[in-house]
Order: sequence, then structure tokens, then C-alpha cells
Amino acid sequence: MLRLDNVSKVYRIGAFGGKALYAVNNVSFEVHKGEVVSLIGESGSGKSTIGKMILRLLDVTEGKITYNGEDISTFKGETLKNYYRQVQGVFQDPFSSYNPIFKADRIFEILREEFFPNIPIPEWQHRVKNALVSVGLNPAHVLNKYPYQLSGGQLQCFLIARALLLDIQFLVADEIISMLDASTRIDVLNLLADLKSRGLSILFITHDLSLAYYISERAVILYKGYVVERGAVEKIFHTPLHPYTRMLMDSIPRLDRKWEKGTTLLERKIEEFRGGCPYYERCPVAEKICAIYRPSLTEVDTDHFVACVHYEPSTNLLGAPAYTEQRTSQSGLG
Amino acid sequence: MKKRNEVLYFALRNKKLLIGSGIILIFLLLAWVGPAFAKYKPFDYANPLGAEPPSTEYWFGTTFFGQDVFSQFVNGLRATFIVGLLGGGLGTLVGMIIGFAAGYRGGILDEILNAFTNIVLVIPTLAVLLIIAAYLQVRSLLMECLFIGLTAWPWAARAIRAQTFSLRTRDFVDLARLSGMKPYKIVRREIAPNMMSYLVLVFILQFGGAILTAATLDFIGLGPTNAISLGLMMQYAVLWGALPLGMWWWFVPPGLAITAIVGALYSMNVGLDEIFNPKLREM
Repeated sequence: MLRLDNVSKVYRIGAFGGKALYAVNNVSFEVHKGEVVSLIGESGSGKSTIGKMILRLLDVTEGKITYNGEDISTFKGETLKNYYRQVQGVFQDPFSSYNPIFKADRIFEILREEFFPNIPIPEWQHRVKNALVSVGLNPAHVLNKYPYQLSGGQLQCFLIARALLLDIQFLVADEIISMLDASTRIDVLNLLADLKSRGLSILFITHDLSLAYYISERAVILYKGYVVERGAVEKIFHTPLHPYTRMLMDSIPRLDRKWEKGTTLLERKIEEFRGGCPYYERCPVAEKICAIYRPSLTEVDTDHFVACVHYEPSTNLLGAPAYTEQRTSQSGLG
Repeated sequence: MKKRNEVLYFALRNKKLLIGSGIILIFLLLAWVGPAFAKYKPFDYANPLGAEPPSTEYWFGTTFFGQDVFSQFVNGLRATFIVGLLGGGLGTLVGMIIGFAAGYRGGILDEILNAFTNIVLVIPTLAVLLIIAAYLQVRSLLMECLFIGLTAWPWAARAIRAQTFSLRTRDFVDLARLSGMKPYKIVRREIAPNMMSYLVLVFILQFGGAILTAATLDFIGLGPTNAISLGLMMQYAVLWGALPLGMWWWFVPPGLAITAIVGALYSMNVGLDEIFNPKLREM
């Protein structure tokens, strides 16, 4: 349904734009109909950039994004509007998603003006109320209020209701849970699960692994703009292969044990690094070859891809030893 | 509704705004109804005796040629407000168009518009106006407004551009784009309302600036050739030796009026700033 082919986003930096910064580097994945795909990564890994490129808020530098086979960068005017009828986004910060000087329900009115100018206002208000009820809000309590009079969870649900009014096919949910408190979190998650069962595809952008596991079928792990591992969510979570994914899994706090004191490798000697694996600096099992060689995504199992030299058949010939757990920190876990 | 009331509440308690707008209102009223009370036309040689101090017949006295100073004053006041409104309005409008376009679009358009703004900013306005004045035989008041408006916009454009830059990265602008709104509509309906207070301040400053520039141009003889203004009155007064001859009634009213109007506008500006910006409010 929505497909990314070798998508990169390059920013020109430096005094005269001489240097290139790859915020997203050669990312490919696909989201099928009725499927939830999680995009997992730390801050600065490029996950929000991918979401914004899908929503056409940022231009793609290299590669292309296709929606039902059509290149989205070619959309303009009416076709772009038609695209937005089917593809919508909800952002991380519910408070900044509203223009602070207007009432919160103005977002519905704008939607009517732009997409359904022919629907009479009473009927539209009826639809808005139905949408609000379906996201678990009481219209009488939340309509006709300013953003600061509503809670973050209510505002977030407003945005989802807005997307529902459009009868969308694809939702980009960019960290929509992270600003909510624990009690409203599960409501929004269940709402997403409900939408999924109605055939909606969701790109769930998050840094929270447990949420990703809870809601999605497939996951894409990003590191510094690169896909380091992707595939079915069970495979990634039960047998994480990339050292970065393993590190992420180890850093999920658990109730039943305490973390041991340990040292996590954060910096490796960068001098010998020459365009190799993006995780080289922090990787506990890096080989010499990792400094100069960037592994490509390799299928190690059905629907399980990983980009690590230890799983690339051809590089084993170069004498790289098999994967060994060398990490000393947090060794009591797992 | 609540927010409007709040602004009104602080507006009615801000002395700087009340005094400033009071002075402006008095002069505005004078400019509006004054010409109806004037017994003579501004350039009529009303007094056969020539220069005379204020009297019951000639309220503000007469000039060296016997022209009625009151008539010149109220008509000049009218011209001053027209220059402020049109010149300042034009400057604000051009500044808004260029500022919004550069700030919202960004990229290469921003580079071009910003370079253009900087060039206009450093052009010596007075020198250009001297050259233009040398070409034009008859200069009207509207022409003067045009000159002032087209040279005063750069700093407004720069300030609006900077504000637009910070607003357009907010999520609600992204959401408006996702709603399929056109750029012009996004600027008008989402970005501009957020800086409305700022735009009001820009207009007031442009208004005052236009009046001052007009007075300067008139005083050095580049003003309208077919109308009267406060600046022109002062020019004629100096030209015909009102200062050495002690004809204070000739140059004091226009000088005082310009000072009072511009001073009141700046006082309004500071007052409005305090109202819109909660950090500056005196509780």
C-alpha cells in the first residue's frame, strides 16, 4: 500500500552547504493494508523525518515513496488533496498541534471547509459528534473549548477523530502516546487497535519497545537514519540479532530485577572509522572490518532482515568470527 | 471571549495607551472638523497687514504674507494623517507581503527576498528622493506617500519574516497543510492571527515613521508642491525668517503638533506592547 524505496533525506550543512548530513539513509520498507508497522529508534534516528516525508511535509532527497503504486512527490493541487483524504498524521505534541488563539474544534471546521464544502453544517456537526464518540470523548464536554481547557489526551483523541472524519486509509502516528499519562495511554492504544481491525494501516513511530510489541505486526529499527533490523515483530523481539536491537531490548526496565552496575560502551576510537557500520562507535562486538565496511540488510529468516556483518554470509569468508556476547554490562539479564 | 475581555481590561488600565490615543484622537478630530471652521483657504492672502500674532479674527495669527496659520495648520494636519495612514499602511503592507512570503516559503525565495530587503535597507533614502524630486516638477501628496511607503518597509519585512519562521515550524501549521490548505490561506488564517498584536505595533511604528519622514522631506523642500502640510509650514516659516523676526506663532503649532503626534504614537506602541505581552504588564 505505502512503500518506501531507498529513501534518503539529505541536509546541506556547513558554511556553504558543502557537507551533507543524511538524516535518513537508504530506507526501504512497506506497509500493507490493515497492518501496523512500528518505526523504532532513539532521538535523532530519523523516524519523525520519515513520517514527515510520507505526509509530504518534507521533500524526499533520494529514492521514492509510493502510495498504491503512485509516486507521492508528483501529487499537487487536487491530487495532493486527494492523497490527504486518505493519508493523515497525528503528531507527538498535542498542545502545539492547535493554534492557541482559536478553539480546539476549529480543526473540524477547517476540515469541512477544505474537503467537504457541500455538506451542510448541521450534518457536519452530527458527523463530528459521532467521530468524537467513537474516540471515547463526550462531545458535550469537549466541544467549544480552547486547547488549554482540554487535557493532552483529549486533544490527542481530537486529532484522531479528525483523521477518522476523512475516512482515511493510512495513519502516521508520530509518538502519539509519549505525551499522554499512563491512564489515557491504553485508551488511545486500544483505539488504534480498533482502527486496525477496521482495515486502517498505521505507521506507528515510537521509541517505546513495549508499545511497539503490543500494537504492531512488523517493526523497523532505525539507527542514525539507517535501518539496522526489520521484520516480523515476534522475530525481532524474541530473537533480536543486531547488537543495537539487543541493547534496546536490554534497556527495557523490568519490575522484577534491578540493573547491575555496569559500563555501556558509548564511544569507540573514531580515528579508524571510515564510512563503515553506523553503529560502529557503540557496538560491543564490532570487528575491524566494521570500521570500513557498511553491511547491507540481509534476510536471515523469513521476514527478518538485519544489517550486521556477523550475519552476512559473504563477509564470513573474510575471517570474521561468529557472534559472541562480549558485553560485560547487564550480563545478568536476558 | 474571555481572552478579548482580558485584553480590554488591561487596555483600559494602561496610562501610556490612554494618553497616547487621547492625544491622537484630539488631533484627528481637529484634522477632521478643523477645516470647516477655518474662515480662509490655506494659501489665501487673508490679512492685508501681513504677519500678525494670534487674535480673535486670526486664531493662530497670520504669516508673512497674511495667510491664516490656523487654516494652514488644520489642513496640514489632515495631510499629515493621510501621509501616516497611506505611507505607513503601504509600508506595512509591503513588509507583510515580503516578510510572510520569505518566512513561509523559505529556501531560494527567502534568499532572494532577504537580499532585496537588505539592499533597500541600506539605500540612502534621502539621496534617492532628491534625485526623484529633481525629475518630477509637480509632486502630489499621494506621490509622497508612495515614496515613503516603498522605502520604509524593509525592517518590518525582516521582523515579520523572523516571526513567520518561528511560527511555521509549529505543528498546527503542519496540520493545516495536512488539511490541504493553500499557503496563502495558511498564512492568513493560521500564522497572521498569531502575530496580530505584533502587526498592529508594526503599523503604528510605520505610521509615526511616515509622518516624521514626510516632515523631513517637506522641511528640506521635497514635499508636495500643490498642497500644505505641517512640514511645509515649517519650511516656509524658516524660509521667510520667522525665527529671527520672532513670529513664533508661525512655526510653533506645526512643530508642536508633529512632536505630539509622533510622541503619542510611540507612547501607544509601548502601551500596546505592555498589554499584549504579559511579562511587561504592571499589575
